[in-house]
Amino acid sequence: MNIQEKLSPQVKQIPPSGIRKFFDLVVATKGVISLGVGEPDFVTPWHVRESSIHSLEQGMTSYTSNSGLLELREEICRYMDETFALKYSPNNEIMVTVGASEAIDIALRTIASQGDEVLIVEPCYVSYGPCATLAGATPVSVPTYQKDDFKLMPEVLESKITPKSKAIIMCFPNNPTGGVMEEEDLKKIADIIKKHDLLVISDEVYAELTYGKKHASIANIEGMKDRTILISGLSKSFAMTGWRIGFAMAHPEIIAAMLKIHQYTILCAPIMGQIAALEALRNGKCEMDKMIEQYDQRRKLIVKGFQEIGLSCHIPKGAFYAFPNIEATGYEDHQFAEELLKETKVAVVPGSVFGQGGKGFIRCSYATSYSQITEALERIGEFVLPLIDKNKNEQAI
Amino acid sequence: MTELQLKVLQLLKENSKITAKEIASMLDQEVEAIEQLIQDMEADGTIVKYTAIVNWEKVASEQVIAMIDVKVAPKRGQGFDALAERIYRFPEVQSVYLMSGSYDLSVVVEGNNLKQLAEFVSARLSPLEDVVSTTTHFILKKYKENGVILNDKEKDQRLVVSP
Ligand SMILES: Cc1ncc(COP(=O)(O)O)c(C=O)c1O
Repeated sequence: MNIQEKLSPQVKQIPPSGIRKFFDLVVATKGVISLGVGEPDFVTPWHVRESSIHSLEQGMTSYTSNSGLLELREEICRYMDETFALKYSPNNEIMVTVGASEAIDIALRTIASQGDEVLIVEPCYVSYGPCATLAGATPVSVPTYQKDDFKLMPEVLESKITPKSKAIIMCFPNNPTGGVMEEEDLKKIADIIKKHDLLVISDEVYAELTYGKKHASIANIEGMKDRTILISGLSKSFAMTGWRIGFAMAHPEIIAAMLKIHQYTILCAPIMGQIAALEALRNGKCEMDKMIEQYDQRRKLIVKGFQEIGLSCHIPKGAFYAFPNIEATGYEDHQFAEELLKETKVAVVPGSVFGQGGKGFIRCSYATSYSQITEALERIGEFVLPLIDKNKNEQAI
Repeated sequence: MTELQLKVLQLLKENSKITAKEIASMLDQEVEAIEQLIQDMEADGTIVKYTAIVNWEKVASEQVIAMIDVKVAPKRGQGFDALAERIYRFPEVQSVYLMSGSYDLSVVVEGNNLKQLAEFVSARLSPLEDVVSTTTHFILKKYKENGVILNDKEKDQRLVVSP
């Protein structure tokens, strides 16, 4: 039997995750300092864990309604209204998913199909392209650039739109660049989206993690709410990656359609996670603020560190990643990450893993202790300085 | 106290080994300004001392700690302060607090062995004029000290690289 023949063409078409490949290499190295981790280094606040333990003691171990506990949906809607002035009905405009990850998958499967193009704003989280492909659609890369602070530029977006374009998927604050979009930026993008009658999948899982200006959601721009599937979750903001609780908010008909897929594939998100999420949203704000303050301090430390080393690094205004440009070293990003790991035992993720526009950059997560950041910066500095000198000399010749 | 001072104190409390340069980067300040600010707070006694929190169980030391509840007959005109001062001058005494409730002073005493502590209570503390009674509690095990959980079981469980 030829097993390859039995696999679906869509599955064969998607490449394995670039992160996975690098992961294997890192795991094989002992004693690394990792700046490659895309999740908080905080443990879920104790009161949140405790509420879930309590619910288990009460015997709460069953399925919930497909769209999630009503109480949780109400709490999410209250929270989103209070925090970002986003108004959605808990009854039919929201569903609870297994992480933002599931919401991304079913949103794409709900709206995209064979022959459609999905515009993907890159560099971005690794799952958008493959999920679009699995839905049968064709992913189309829309790059963002360091010179624009990794914002999505209207003219770049417009140049990628074709009659087949169905939707655009974007993520701000962004993983891996830390770029954000402000209200004025979003308005220009919204005009194009409306003009070409597109839908938007807006991944806003890092919305709380902004430094300086408050997060603006595209769903709040005039005329955009009905066109937007807003995706978020508690993984990043409340340090709850393992609980797998996310959600999608959209027009009732879109939610109803997404719910069909969810109901037949997942049924519902785990109840223990939903209970924990409820507690986090109700009483977790204070601890979230403390975490954000720490991320902010480490962000400044790491960006300054890169600038001192001589790597140009735009100032990330959201999420917990710094995205320095390593072209001055004369290496391309994969080679850089590999050599850095071998020579100094510091793990960073090559930027091109995240798609177009990520080439020549590395992603460094600062969701790690400040002492690890300091140590990592020292090692990166020692590794980079001779390379920059050598590269300069070569270019002079 | 300015907000900046508070932030610097928090960072130092978290880890007294952090450098002024690191603090400066983290708070978006000039290094010299932070150095000056720390010096000033050291000078005016806001920062009293830099120490390490040690998990003595790992050092296999014979150290014994007791918390002693002391009832006092306060002196006219001096309240509890005069006696408290006499007590906190003993080198064995680590801390002294004035308490509300069923006794007056809480005294934490450290010694190398049980005998030394017993000696302290019977020969030095109890005979003090104005000390009415003492109740000594020995610490059997420390779980958390100064906000730090000793022997914390929560390890970083994250994968080395993730999306
Ligand atoms: C942009 C982005 N979206 C979604 C996710 C996945 O989140 P969840 O844990 O809620 O599935 C991540 C995780 O790294 C992410 O960076």
